[in-house]
Amino acid sequence: MMEWETVIGLEIHAQLATQSKIFSGAATAYGAEPNTQACAIDLGMPGVLPVLNREVVRMATMLGLAIDAQIARRSVFARKNYFYPDLPKGYQISQYELPIVQKGQLTIDLEDGSSKVIGVTRAHLEEDAGKSLHEDFHGLSGIDLNRAGTPLLEIVSEPDLRSAKEAVAYMKKLHQLVVYLGICDGNMQEGSFRCDANVSVRRKGDPQFGTRAEIKNLNSFRFVERAIDFEIERQIELIESGGKVVQETRLYDPDQGETRSMRSKEEANDYRYFPDPDLLPLALDEAFIEAARVALPELPEVKKQRFMTQYELSGYDASVLTASRDLADYYEATVAALGGEPKLCANWVMGDFSAFLNKENRDLADSPVSAVRLAGLLRRIQDRTISGKIAKEVFEALWASEGDADAIIEKRGLRQITDTSAIEKVIDDVIAANPEQLAQYRAGKDKLFGFFVGQVMKLSKGKANPQQVNDLLMEKLQGRNDLLA
Amino acid sequence: MMPLGTAEVAKIAHLARLAIREEEVPDYARNLSAILELVEQMNAVDTTGVTPMAHPLDMVQRLRADEISESNQREHFQAIAPRVDAGLYLVPKVIE
Repeated sequence: MMEWETVIGLEIHAQLATQSKIFSGAATAYGAEPNTQACAIDLGMPGVLPVLNREVVRMATMLGLAIDAQIARRSVFARKNYFYPDLPKGYQISQYELPIVQKGQLTIDLEDGSSKVIGVTRAHLEEDAGKSLHEDFHGLSGIDLNRAGTPLLEIVSEPDLRSAKEAVAYMKKLHQLVVYLGICDGNMQEGSFRCDANVSVRRKGDPQFGTRAEIKNLNSFRFVERAIDFEIERQIELIESGGKVVQETRLYDPDQGETRSMRSKEEANDYRYFPDPDLLPLALDEAFIEAARVALPELPEVKKQRFMTQYELSGYDASVLTASRDLADYYEATVAALGGEPKLCANWVMGDFSAFLNKENRDLADSPVSAVRLAGLLRRIQDRTISGKIAKEVFEALWASEGDADAIIEKRGLRQITDTSAIEKVIDDVIAANPEQLAQYRAGKDKLFGFFVGQVMKLSKGKANPQQVNDLLMEKLQGRNDLLA
Repeated sequence: MMPLGTAEVAKIAHLARLAIREEEVPDYARNLSAILELVEQMNAVDTTGVTPMAHPLDMVQRLRADEISESNQREHFQAIAPRVDAGLYLVPKVIE
């Protein structure tokens, strides 16, 4: 059996989170009525001039700094020429020979716990095209140019990825980074973060790359993994059965789970780039770059390490909590409000809190439970007013916005019973009501202990302190017969 | 350098969506080849260490603030469009 090696490079388009477009003052808001955010520049009207958005340049610089890349002190915009109705000018303004960011790197974490450095060849600025709608216009196509001129940062990796899993790990890492930096909203459904994958295979040890196919417009992590895995299989089968991979663009069909050739336009790659005479070279001075550096937030990897040392969390907990800046901020606000107990806070933020968000498919920003309220609940676990089990009930009520934890505990009478004599009273009642089970237990049926615990908790409506119930029950069941005489 | 052939002229014209008449092709081929020859002559100059000129003006790009300055003028723009429907520009069907 021949051994094959996969070679993958990704081109990721991140939509930059600006208010206005890259070269015009039209809005970039998603979901507006068709063509209401397309001005004369976006429409390619004669006589208009593009003017570059400063914020776009700052955002690209931030990404470059975050991946240890070179920031070009001078970069140039070029025209990429092709004809398509959603590109009114007949060219896309992009960067070709002199992109703003070059030679960066990103470290990805693999499933086996190891990590790998992936090279980033370049990141360049460009404008997005409009949208073509092909359905139901009496044999015509409908064109919405709202998206035309939306700023994109195209981030191109080296062909350093060796499996679909590595490709997904890289894409996730980059996604996390751009969202942390606040330069992209990361919304993949709306197309704010999408990926083209260049995939080829070669025989293990072969120094030459195989012929690659480019899979276009993958807009979810799952699709990236499936599309690449399908493509690898397809190419290997093709070569093993005596065929040849042709260089082409393919589309992934999520319904069929396969990639299909786009009818190849033979001149498709003949874009005839040339410097755009409408735009002067972009020059960045040290002050601009330094200001972008100062504006960098704490990056995910650094934050994770800090969580491990400052809060003594495991690597796993720290990476879950730093997966997004929002979650990390929420966690830190909870710890601060509680004044300690970082592990208890981590368990609740990663556990019930995240589970409720997921269940309702909510963003953290829309959470009905503030960090201060969660800390209020945890304080009552900490001082043993309520048990961990009752806390889950209180949390549900918090989520339903029934007030703060203390009010809920008071209103529902959930205060934990820690008074020994009160618990003993309940235990005595349970034992008296179940003489048969008692006899069996004493005859050696140890597993009935759980039955007694359950009965005591039930009779106390879950409010008896579980540890005390265990201790007292053990004592009473173990042959202090005199009590029952 | 090889002069441009008729097939290349046809391809360039197609890429630029220019309609040229069959009988004009040899003229285009000759003229374009002459331009390429001029470039070839310039290629002979040693430009090591010279920054490529991206723009004839020796100036740099001015940047604008990220502010929305354009309001919706769809009606105005679509008044000159051949066909529109539901706010969309309609064009002959394009399918990838």
